[in-house]
Amino acid sequence: MNNILEAKNISKKFGEFQALSDVSIQIKKHSIFGLLGPNGAGKTTLLRIINQITMPDNGQVILDGKPLSPDDIRYIGYLPEERGLYKSMKVGEQALYLAQLKGLSYGEAKKRLNYWFDKFEIGDWWGKKVQELSKGMAQKIQFIVTVLHQPKLLIFDEPFSGFDPINANLIKDQILQLRAEGATVIFSTHRMESVEELCDHIALIHQSKKILDGNLNDIKRNHKTNTFEVGLSSTNSAHLKRQISSRFDVSLADFKSLEDDLKLNIQLGAGDTPNDLLAFLNTNAQINHFVEVIPTANDIFIQTVKNN
Amino acid sequence: MNHLPLIIKREYLAKVKNKSFILMTFLSPLFIVALLSLIAYLTSVNNEKVRTISVLDESGILSEAFISSDQILYESLNGMDLEDAKTTSNSNKAYGLLHVPDLALEDVSEKIKFYSKESPSLSLISSLESKIEKRIGELKLKKMGVDLSKISASKTYVNINQEDFEGVKTSKAGSFLKLIFGAAAGYLLFMFIIIYGNLIMRSVIEEKSSRIIEVIISSVKPIQLMLGKIFGTSLAGITQFAIWVILIAILSFAASNFFGIDLSANPQQEMMTAAVSDVNANSELQALIAELHSLPLINLIVAFVLFFVGGYLLYSSLYAAIGAAVDNETDTQQFLMPVVILLVVGFYVGFFTALEDPHGTISVVFSYIPFTSPIVMLIRIPFGVPIWEQILSLSVLIFSFLVTVWIAAKIYRVGILMHGKKPSYKDLIKWLKY
Repeated sequence: MNNILEAKNISKKFGEFQALSDVSIQIKKHSIFGLLGPNGAGKTTLLRIINQITMPDNGQVILDGKPLSPDDIRYIGYLPEERGLYKSMKVGEQALYLAQLKGLSYGEAKKRLNYWFDKFEIGDWWGKKVQELSKGMAQKIQFIVTVLHQPKLLIFDEPFSGFDPINANLIKDQILQLRAEGATVIFSTHRMESVEELCDHIALIHQSKKILDGNLNDIKRNHKTNTFEVGLSSTNSAHLKRQISSRFDVSLADFKSLEDDLKLNIQLGAGDTPNDLLAFLNTNAQINHFVEVIPTANDIFIQTVKNN
Repeated sequence: MNHLPLIIKREYLAKVKNKSFILMTFLSPLFIVALLSLIAYLTSVNNEKVRTISVLDESGILSEAFISSDQILYESLNGMDLEDAKTTSNSNKAYGLLHVPDLALEDVSEKIKFYSKESPSLSLISSLESKIEKRIGELKLKKMGVDLSKISASKTYVNINQEDFEGVKTSKAGSFLKLIFGAAAGYLLFMFIIIYGNLIMRSVIEEKSSRIIEVIISSVKPIQLMLGKIFGTSLAGITQFAIWVILIAILSFAASNFFGIDLSANPQQEMMTAAVSDVNANSELQALIAELHSLPLINLIVAFVLFFVGGYLLYSSLYAAIGAAVDNETDTQQFLMPVVILLVVGFYVGFFTALEDPHGTISVVFSYIPFTSPIVMLIRIPFGVPIWEQILSLSVLIFSFLVTVWIAAKIYRVGILMHGKKPSYKDLIKWLKY
C-alpha cells in the first residue's frame, strides 16, 4: 500500500446544505498533503469525517488499507481549527488527560510530555493554569498534545494561526521533522506561502466539490503559460518593444530592479523554446533579468476557483 | 477504547477542585446552621419574654378565666374606672388592657374590649377569646343547672387504630413518618436535579466556548463524553451532599451544645411532636417504633436508589443537550423552560396531591409519566405501592431515559460543533436527522 489514506466518494448533507459531494482523495505515505479551498467549501467537514467526528452519508475512508474503525483514532493526530483547552485546568494535568484519551498510559504520556516540554523549553508551564497562558503559548501545548501519541497521520487545520513568525517557524520545522520520521501530514490552510513551502500534493475543494487534485509541481507545470519575465537595457526601448511585439505576445511586467529600461512578460508561441527567445533578445538588447513565470499556489487557487 | 472512567475522573476532579464549589460545600452548612440557630435563638427569646395584660373585669365573672402562665401575666386592675385603668396599664408598660363591662352574662360577650398601644398579635387575641368563650359557656351551663363535672366526665378522646386488610397496623404518627420519608426523598431529588443539572449544563457550555470540544471528540465518542460528564458531576454532587449532611450534623451538635441553642425547635419537629403527643404518648411511641420496623425498608431503599438515579439521569441528559445546543448561558432560557415546568409539575403533584391522597387517580397517573414519576413515586412508595406498579413505572422511566439519552446525544453530537447562531426548536429537530 502506497496510500496512508483514501477517501472514496464522500458525500455529506446537513439538512438541505450539501457540504461535500462525491469527494475522493488519496494521500501518499510520508507526503505533506495540502487541502485547500475557500471558506465554507467543506474542508473542515472532510477532516471531521476522517476523524470520525462526523459520519459521511455516502463513501468510505480507508486508513492504511483498512476501513476506518473507532480504534484508529490512536493513529491520527488532529489539530482542529477551532481549538482550545480547559481554561481552569493546569497545563500538565490537561496534557496528560488528552494524551491518555489517545490511548497512552499515564507513565508513557508523562515521559513523552517531559521530552516535548524540554524541547520547547516550556517546562515551567507545567503547573500553570491555561488561563494564565497567552494564545501562542496555548497553541504550543495543543501542538504537543496533537503529536504526542506519535500518530502516523497528522491533520493540521490552520496550524499557524495565532503564532508569531518565530514560533510559526518552530512549528513548521517540527512538522517537517515529523514527516522525516515517517508521519504523513494533511494540512488545511489559507496561507498559500506555507502551502508553497511545505506541500507535495494539493487538493482544492470548492462548493463541496473537489475541483483540483495532484502533485503541486505537476499542477504548476499544467498551469504555466510559457511566459518569461525579462528585464532589458537598450538605448531605444520603444523601438525594441515594437521589435519584440512583432515576434511574441508581450505585456508589461512589474518587478523591482536597478537599471532595466524595459520590463516585459513575454509569452512563447507554439513551437518556440526559451532558447529561441534568448537568442532573439540577445541580438537586440542587453539582458539583465530572465525568469520563467511559474504560477504560484495563490494564482492557481484564485484562478481555479474563479473558473468554477 | 473505553475512556469513560478517565472522563468521569476528570469531570469529578474539575468540579471538586473548583474554588466556588469548595466554598459552597463548606459555607452552605455553616450558613444553614447559623440561620437555624438564629431562628431558634429568636424564638426562644420571644418565648421567654413575659407579657403583662391588665384586666379590668367590672362584671366580676370572668376573672377566674385568667390564670397567669410563664408567658402571660394577668394583672387585675379591678376597682379602677376605665380611664384610670388605661393610664395605669399604659404607664405600667403592659401589653394591653382587657376590659369586661359590668353587664349580664347574656350581653357581655359583645362588649368586651382590648386596648393596646400597638395592634395585638392575632394568636393572643384568639387565645383570649377562647378563654372567655369557655368561661362564659361554663357559666351559662351552670345557670341552666347543668352539672359541669358530668360534662367533663362525658368527654371522650378517640384514636382510630388503623389497620389494612393484611393486618398491618398503622397510625397517624406512622402516616407522618411516611410523609416525612416521601417528602424528604422527593425534595432531595428535586434539589439534586436543579443544582447538578445546571452544573452539567454549564460544564458543557464551557467546553464549547473554550473550543476544546473538537479536540476531545476526535478522541472519544460524544456520548461517552456526555455520560462521563453526567456521572462525574453526579459523583461530585453526592460528595457535596455527603459533606453537607455531615457538616450540618456536626455544626448543629456544636451549636446546641456550646451555645445551648435548641435546634430541634423548628416547625417540622413541632409538627412531629404534636402528632405524637396528640394521643396517649407512651403507646404511641411503641406504635411508632413498630411502624418504623413495618415500613418496607428494603423496598424503600431500593426504590429510592432506582428512581433517584433514573430520574436524575433523565433530567441531566436533557440539561447536557441544552448545554450543547447553545453558546452561552443566557441562551439557555428558552430550552430550560419546558424542563423546569416538567420538574415543577412533578414537585407540585408530589407535594400537594400525592402527600394528601397517595392512591388517588392524579397521583397514580403522574407516578407513571416519566418526567414526574421519580418525584411522585418516591413520595407514594412509603404509603405502600404494589411492587408491580413500581416495576411498571420504573420500566417506563428507564425506557424514556434511553430515548431521551439517544435524542440528547444526537443534539449533543451536532450541537457541540455549532457556534454562533442560537438554534431554534426547529433546528434541534433538524439536527436529529444529521
